[in-house]
Amino acid sequence: MNTLLTKREGIGFGVVFFILLVVMPVAEATKLIDPFTLNTWGKYLCYAILAISVDILWGYTGLLSLGQALFFTLGGYMMGMHLMLMIGKLGQYKSDLPDFLVFLGHTSLPTIWKPFYSFPFALLMVILLPGLLAAVFGFLAFRSRIKGVYFSILTQALTYGAALLFFQNDMLMGGNNGFTDFRTLLGMDLRSPGGQRSLYLATGLLLLCIFLFCKWLTITKFGLIQRAVRDSETRVLFSGYSAANFKLFVFVVASVIAALGGMLFVPQVGIINPSEMNTEHSLEAVVWCAVGGRGTLIGPIIGAVSVNILKSWATRAYPDWWLIILGVTFILVVLFMPRGIVGLPDQIKGLLNRMKRKPSETAEIPTAIAP
Amino acid sequence: MKRRIFSSLLLASAAVFTAAGAKAEDTVKVGVLHSLSGTMAISETSLRDILLYTFDEINAAGGVMGKKIEPVVVDGASNWPLFAEKAKQLLEQDKVAVTFGCWTSVSRKSVLPVFEEKKGLLFYPVQYEGEEMSPNIFYTAEAVGQQATPAVDYFLANGKKKFYLLGSDYVYPQTTNLVLLEYLLSKGVPLANIGGGFKKDESGKIISAGKYTPFGHTDYQQIVAEIKQFTAGGKACVISTLNGDTNVPFFKEYAAAGLTAETCPVVSYSISEDEFRGLPAKQLVGQLGCWTYFQSIKSPANKKFIDGFQAWLKKSDVPGIVKEGRVTCSPMVLSYNGVYLWKMAVEKAKSFDPEKVMAALESGISFDGPGGKVTTQKNHHLTKNVFIGESKADGQFKILKEFKDVYGEPFLKGTFKAK
Repeated sequence: MNTLLTKREGIGFGVVFFILLVVMPVAEATKLIDPFTLNTWGKYLCYAILAISVDILWGYTGLLSLGQALFFTLGGYMMGMHLMLMIGKLGQYKSDLPDFLVFLGHTSLPTIWKPFYSFPFALLMVILLPGLLAAVFGFLAFRSRIKGVYFSILTQALTYGAALLFFQNDMLMGGNNGFTDFRTLLGMDLRSPGGQRSLYLATGLLLLCIFLFCKWLTITKFGLIQRAVRDSETRVLFSGYSAANFKLFVFVVASVIAALGGMLFVPQVGIINPSEMNTEHSLEAVVWCAVGGRGTLIGPIIGAVSVNILKSWATRAYPDWWLIILGVTFILVVLFMPRGIVGLPDQIKGLLNRMKRKPSETAEIPTAIAP
Repeated sequence: MKRRIFSSLLLASAAVFTAAGAKAEDTVKVGVLHSLSGTMAISETSLRDILLYTFDEINAAGGVMGKKIEPVVVDGASNWPLFAEKAKQLLEQDKVAVTFGCWTSVSRKSVLPVFEEKKGLLFYPVQYEGEEMSPNIFYTAEAVGQQATPAVDYFLANGKKKFYLLGSDYVYPQTTNLVLLEYLLSKGVPLANIGGGFKKDESGKIISAGKYTPFGHTDYQQIVAEIKQFTAGGKACVISTLNGDTNVPFFKEYAAAGLTAETCPVVSYSISEDEFRGLPAKQLVGQLGCWTYFQSIKSPANKKFIDGFQAWLKKSDVPGIVKEGRVTCSPMVLSYNGVYLWKMAVEKAKSFDPEKVMAALESGISFDGPGGKVTTQKNHHLTKNVFIGESKADGQFKILKEFKDVYGEPFLKGTFKAK
């Protein structure tokens, strides 16, 4: 319990991250895989970060938040503001102002935009704003002992409200169109393969750090209480721990993680707008966790990447059927793989053992084991 | 479906084993990038259908420069980052010669950097706000001057004195109304006769004109009451850029308040025959539309187009395609025109190279489409005819007026000077 990773885990993660962080970028640089593939994988890894943020709430603390897409998008918007200012005079109107502000008739930069010229400030805001929102919302929700489905509904409402707000042009956040047409970041050309490769590497490294941090969190005493809250909150309360404070902390951490994912998502896909901020996207992240295996940390990563590979492939290969393909896959996973892809080896082992013990009987599908 | 998947799996594996070397040389790949699922699917699927029909028609007539068109259909799923990803895939992996696609401005904005970076060619077919001219996009779409201002001319000619501006809160209505404000002022309409309210910046300059409601807004009671008050002196009209579903509660409330097409007509820029399929046609009878095509146009070219499409629909085996009650509308025709213009440009340039094709398009190519003659312009837009139509109970439009050969100008804002 006290080691960060068991030997087996260590080897597994080592291999996965070696492939992600070394093999793939090198393959791209030497033209074995095309820049598009690497760029798409960069997007998957951002989604993986979002999935981890859902998982430490849902899988480890028992809080099903449907608002993680909001924090993801907020992080993206903060980064987007910096990127918009970095376009400079290259926009449609050849103005120092972002295009949409010129379009709305502004002649000078609104005050809240000004500090975003500084990258460190934007970075700070990526962490601060979603963190603060999560802290305030979480404080109110957990103090009132809102949990279960009510918590899910509230986070969903918060997301919806924020999306409506961002849709308005008066918000000065680009309205429905959001931010696009980014050019440079820290002097790097975002449209060049080199720029995209750097972003991919940054995403991979961030994912690794977040993964290790969360792994460390789960083996500490804190992680134990976290899971205790999930399994029996009342007992935790009677044991003298303040469950609300623990939940609040996890909620804030998860939101900041989601925001960091969003921050790297925006320069890689090249657009951020309010339609990212919806329940559907939060729910998708929940599905990734379920498919990969919730309550593990590698599960959400595997889930996010595999579901999105499936989606990328099917929207091209079977544009008319892909929703059905995806839907059937989810149903099958929920019905027959309650512990997701990560739980599959154990499930198969169990199945084999049972067949060995009773060779005369036909194998049956193991009943669902609640995580 | 099963057989299709199985056979394509077989094909896919065969392709892998032959190392994709034996690709047929007599086809040209063409991308179709529309939303086939999600909120925009209801509109965009029709464009996918018309594109596939057009490709079949061209292929049956011998293809483009002797090559058959091989469509690569992808689903943007009403998800804007996915649009960008699919655009990259079409250009980088499928290496399509041209792409037809996008409906919303945000989807176009999301793929624009991709087409510019990878030097692709995109045809965009839906009415939009202008303020854009990418070297890699050709806009067969209606520019503001091909919808909004002709409708105002029509109203002015019919003695209307007061104009109420109403729209959904996004970039197309906002721009259209700003242009209209300038246009109305230039025609001598006083500010007091323009309804919907204004927003001014610190210096007192108007930065937004008209009334705006969010997507999915359902409560139009207050706004309709305001319109009723506005119409009090008579000679008033409403210019609506409301989008999609919100038209249903708006027109319900409008009828309930006793406002009719006689007392105060509404011209809607976003309702075409296709959108009509989802609206209560009865409540809209007599209200106006303004497009560069209506299905009711009587011409041999249009008859051939409609009959051809209906016949194609009947025998089409595209999975999930709707065969009943199909209509044709302006975005569909502009998609159709786009494919033919591309074909003519390719043949003129004698090359599929996007840069050369774009140069050919810029040189001015004319095509006699279902809505009459269209001509490409140097600024990547089309000169085309504009029609004002009055809606009927069957969801079709009766054509009231035609404006011939209207020039497509994307940058209209700030060009009209007040009298």
